[in-house]
Amino acid sequence: MKKITGLLAAGFALFAGQAMAATLDDVKARGFINCGVSEGVPGFSNPNAEGDWKGFDVDMCRALSAAIFNDPTKIKFVPLASKQKVLAVVTGQVDLTSRTTTWTMKRDTKEGVDFTSVVFFDGQGFMTRKQNGAASAMDLNGATVCVTAGTTTELNLEDFARANSLEFEPVVFEGKKEAVNAYRSGRCDALTTDASQLAAFRITMPDPAEHVILPEIFSKEPLAPLVKHGDNAWKDLVTWTINGLITAEETGVTQGNASEQKASSKNPTVQRMLGVTGDYGSYLGLENDWLYNAIKAVGNYGEIYDRNLGSESPLNMPRGKNALWTKGGLLYVAPLR
Amino acid sequence: MLSTFFTPRNLLSNLVQLLMVAAAIGGAYYLFLSTQENLAARHIETGFAFLSQEAGFPIGDSLIDYQSSDSYGYALLVGIINTLYTAILCIILATVVGVIVGVAQVSDNLLIAKIAKTYVEILRNVPVLLILLFVYGVALAGLPSVKQAVEIFPGTFLSQRGLYFPRAIPEDGFIWVAMAFLVAIGLTILMVRWAKKRQNLTGRSLPLFWLGTAILTLVPLSVFWMAGGPVSWDYPALKGFNFSGGAVFRPEFLALVIGLALYRGAFIAENVRSGIMAVSKGQNEAAAALGVPPSRIMRGVILPQALRTIIPATTNDYASLVKDSSLAIAIGYPDMVSIGGTMIGQNGQAIEVIGIWMLVYLSINLVISVLMNVANKKFQLVER
Repeated sequence: MKKITGLLAAGFALFAGQAMAATLDDVKARGFINCGVSEGVPGFSNPNAEGDWKGFDVDMCRALSAAIFNDPTKIKFVPLASKQKVLAVVTGQVDLTSRTTTWTMKRDTKEGVDFTSVVFFDGQGFMTRKQNGAASAMDLNGATVCVTAGTTTELNLEDFARANSLEFEPVVFEGKKEAVNAYRSGRCDALTTDASQLAAFRITMPDPAEHVILPEIFSKEPLAPLVKHGDNAWKDLVTWTINGLITAEETGVTQGNASEQKASSKNPTVQRMLGVTGDYGSYLGLENDWLYNAIKAVGNYGEIYDRNLGSESPLNMPRGKNALWTKGGLLYVAPLR
Repeated sequence: MLSTFFTPRNLLSNLVQLLMVAAAIGGAYYLFLSTQENLAARHIETGFAFLSQEAGFPIGDSLIDYQSSDSYGYALLVGIINTLYTAILCIILATVVGVIVGVAQVSDNLLIAKIAKTYVEILRNVPVLLILLFVYGVALAGLPSVKQAVEIFPGTFLSQRGLYFPRAIPEDGFIWVAMAFLVAIGLTILMVRWAKKRQNLTGRSLPLFWLGTAILTLVPLSVFWMAGGPVSWDYPALKGFNFSGGAVFRPEFLALVIGLALYRGAFIAENVRSGIMAVSKGQNEAAAALGVPPSRIMRGVILPQALRTIIPATTNDYASLVKDSSLAIAIGYPDMVSIGGTMIGQNGQAIEVIGIWMLVYLSINLVISVLMNVANKKFQLVER
């Protein structure tokens, strides 16, 4: 019921206020950011036992909060279901979403939102039981596959099967939970959805070590935070905070050594990033040490990844495509100058 | 007709009614137009042209041959056939369950009556979605994995992948067996008529059930034997991840059919019970006084009269059962709603697809309604 009234209110807002002030001014006046997150995907955004939001997407919002307020806690997290996420941004219910949203042409052009910087390169994959002995998706011929009814997951699966002359027997469920349960109980040999979510579901299995995610990734799912279309200053701020965190990893600035680097680094890029030289913060309407504060709060991109998704987390996902371009990955951001 | 329309007494009220009808039609037309306009303004495609485009998505359980390169229209047909198939099967099973449990509820045996009553109360008062999820969950948790499939009969395997059984492939000469079966049906009908006439004349009855069964099985079987067994079998065998060959009832299908039949059977049982209670007690006593054995009192005296009250109520239950089958999506069975939902997700033409759903459910239920009305007429008390 609450959701319905929320949607209704959002719908009315669609007609009402177009002439809203710049988002950054609103945020500063309000004193906190409204950050839309998912309803609970381990590793990305999930409340822990104390009710604190943790995860990769959550840390992106924390970095933003630190950049604006020099305090990573000035955030109100708003959990959004998949179908709410776009409307919530368009109507101003949240200032941005930081929740596994694929950048597509239609969303970017027709739905009143803009994408900022890609934070995670995802793609659809398979998870299967180790005992099946499949080393690659090509070994899955004839397998029964649990799928969620969705816009692209079923199509991607079928395209992949046709392109490689494989045959799958799909069992299609309305929700993720039902599909995962059916896979867990042994109804299906394999489960297919975005690889990052497979990793998250894997650790919720009673025997995570018995399940493997196969190497084939057969769709493009670049995930990026969403902001409202038209507020370019706010879009720039979110984009460059993310770019800054990635640049920090490139230049080796970490949560631990940021103060030291600020005091002594001779690297001009580092000096610009940390606000030693130039006035880059003012380009975004912020203090010049905005990125320094963000890095001090949550670390650089690599640290955020390792803590939530990578080697230091239960998900233990390899960096793969999300490594820096210098290390064979896809992370390549515009220069900070 | 027209002349009475204009009499002063009728003119006003008829004009008001005409205006109301015109307003209703106009309102509907306005809604239609504005919907069309709004959809066009948002660049959302309208019309049924999409039905001939390639579907591109897989369907896990289909009675007719389907490939993802087939059209949306064909995919939807697969779903409609699945919906019809489950609906018909569920109606038959729910009726069997309902009659047995309903009669058991009025049994003189207290234990049987209480068990039946408990069954009805539990099933009737739990949401059908929960029953489906429960049956499906129990099935998945209880059945062995495919590698440890149980062979319940030779060539018939039960596992989490479903019930695999040998498929009969008719060969040359099978047509004779089929014709023999038709002849047997004809013979049975003739026999029943003759037996009825004989009973009316002499008062002596024949064991019709056993005679009928004998004719229906023995005649085709002997032809089958004479034609040299014109059937070959396709046995399922475990190959790689799954069984191949044979025919299969998948767990989603079984859970849906069993869940819906058990649930709706409880409602029909209540109809049957109330129908039996509505037959006056004197009928029972009169039959007993004439020395009719109790099982025949139920079959020959009570149930035929009870049908008068049972049929109209059960028509509603059949209609609800057909509509409940749309819950198949919760347990992964590809019925019409599940497949249509995928189509809406892909091309956004929700109004058209929902329109087709409504039309199909409406048609199925109208057919049920007509058939039940025919049955109802037949069983109404004949006034003498």
